[in-house]
Amino acid sequence: MKLNGPVKPMNETYTLGPLQIGPPCCDPEPLIRVDNLSLYYGVKPALENVSLDIYKGCITALIGPSGCGKTSFLSVLNRMTDMIPDCRVSGKVHFNGRDLRDLALDVQGLRRDIGMIFQKPVPFPLSIRRNIELPLREHGISKQAELNDVIQQVLQDVGLWVEVKDRLESSALALSGGQQQRLCIARALALKPKVLLMDEPCSALDPISSGVVEDLIQRLRGKYTVVIVTHNLAQARRIANYAGFFWIRDQQRAGCLIEFGQCKQIFEAPAHELTAAYVNGSRG
Amino acid sequence: MFKNVLTTVLIWLTALIVSGVFVWLLSDIVIHGLPRLSWAFLAEAPKNAGRSGGIGPIIISTLSILLVAMVTATPLSLATAVLLSEFTENDSVIGRLVRRSLDVLAGVPSIVFGLFGNAFFCIYLGLGFSILSGGLTLACMVLPILIRTAEEGLQATPDDYRLAAAALGMSRSATLVHLLLPSAAPALIAGLMLGVGRAVAETAALIFTSGYVDRMPDSLLDSGRALSVHIYDLSMNVAGGDTNAYSSALMLILLLLIINSIAMSLAKQWLHRDIVLYE
Ligand SMILES: Nc1ncnc2c1ncn2[C@@H]1O[C@H](COP(=O)(O)OP(=O)(O)OP(=O)(O)O)[C@@H](O)[C@H]1O
Ligand SMILES: [Mg+2]
Repeated sequence: MKLNGPVKPMNETYTLGPLQIGPPCCDPEPLIRVDNLSLYYGVKPALENVSLDIYKGCITALIGPSGCGKTSFLSVLNRMTDMIPDCRVSGKVHFNGRDLRDLALDVQGLRRDIGMIFQKPVPFPLSIRRNIELPLREHGISKQAELNDVIQQVLQDVGLWVEVKDRLESSALALSGGQQQRLCIARALALKPKVLLMDEPCSALDPISSGVVEDLIQRLRGKYTVVIVTHNLAQARRIANYAGFFWIRDQQRAGCLIEFGQCKQIFEAPAHELTAAYVNGSRG
Repeated sequence: MFKNVLTTVLIWLTALIVSGVFVWLLSDIVIHGLPRLSWAFLAEAPKNAGRSGGIGPIIISTLSILLVAMVTATPLSLATAVLLSEFTENDSVIGRLVRRSLDVLAGVPSIVFGLFGNAFFCIYLGLGFSILSGGLTLACMVLPILIRTAEEGLQATPDDYRLAAAALGMSRSATLVHLLLPSAAPALIAGLMLGVGRAVAETAALIFTSGYVDRMPDSLLDSGRALSVHIYDLSMNVAGGDTNAYSSALMLILLLLIINSIAMSLAKQWLHRDIVLYE
């Protein structure tokens, strides 16, 4: 069941390997197990009773209407919820066999393992080189030769090396939106994460750059575990192995998971009528 | 139609009046002050109560007072601003308390600072009339400006930086040192210059603290006369001191310009090394 052949002529500026298209990918091996997760902002519930498994090496897409808690769900996984005052999380989230909600957990180490990409690219107002170097130095890598190697490696991984290798010292803010987003992905990859959380990574980009970033995400498959939130159903269908459909329960305005399964099944044979209506575009 | 024309004319008129006043003031000082200005004037000690001679010791005293004030006030204000903007909630009790007291402090007339400085630094701490007392008093006086500008500069840095840095596993202190402070640097420098401007122009607070003595100071515990005090003395108390008052005023303006441009170029170099805001 492996679809592994290169569908496009291999673009030699990438070093992540050939594009893999479409679901499913491999035998499911859960890397993150979410069990009965609920999340509250103050007293207002934003997510209730979400249970799902994130499978290793696969791309999992989260879809659903605005405000149903997709971003909140992602921020539980790398404990960004810590930064929001009076945000409360209950339930179990296991990563690598440890409870993520453990207060004694090394959060900085966790965020190194589970990286996050935001909707709007956030390059730091530093040079392209410093953008990647700064977090690396923070994690204790300080030999210049080693840093240079990692910088070149990750920039090649995201297909940015050829475009920027002559201006590593100039401002990252001068890059185009798509280049900035790829730089942010490179910056996250430099920390050698196991999981990448992406919150609508293409929605602030033009169609061409969006396509480039989408290709890049597909190349991450197998080497990284990717969880991506997207409002672009066609994109979810193209790239994801698994898909989860979130919805807002009408009474409490709390988000919940309606259906989770292989992407193909969610889009072609949804078990729930809400899912069917949403993926066919008649609701949401 | 008529309303539009009227508004335009009024706006231009105000702009013209404001810049006219500034030009008139400046040219008055330059015309009267420039003829006496020379290297000798800058180096010599004042003679005959300042009617002749130069302002050498006075420049030294001014710079020393300024140095004491800024060296004390800058780290204090930076620390407070960081505390206010990064480590307290906007509506927390301590945040509100500190902000409120700063606003009150900023509105206190400088003569009150002078009396306070005299009572506290000169008498209570036993520093006497000295450059140290004057500098510390000025530090208290510019603290509110420095803190508020630094805090605003820090709060103006996008929250996205804090989130993205946290998502990369960076600690709050590293984020502060490597990202937030450098991004806020232009605002910090601007605040610093505002503080220097106020400190260098201060007269009332210094009369009671650093004193009148126009000799060359031997140490920070010596009394020293600041340029602004010198100008005040020459124009109010010394008959025939007007020309030298003008020259001293011109020197004061030049001093500010020089400090400003040095700070700007230092900031630029620093920014260029650490942070690249533009191509
Ligand atoms: N920091 C916060 N404080 C209070 N409420 C919040 C906060 N962040 C999100 N919410 C609320 O939680 C609910 C879920 O928000 P969330 O951002 O997770 O939705 P989303 O699915 O990502 O939406 P979108 O597709 O628009 O990005 C919303 O009702 C939102 O108003
Ligand atoms: Mg969202």
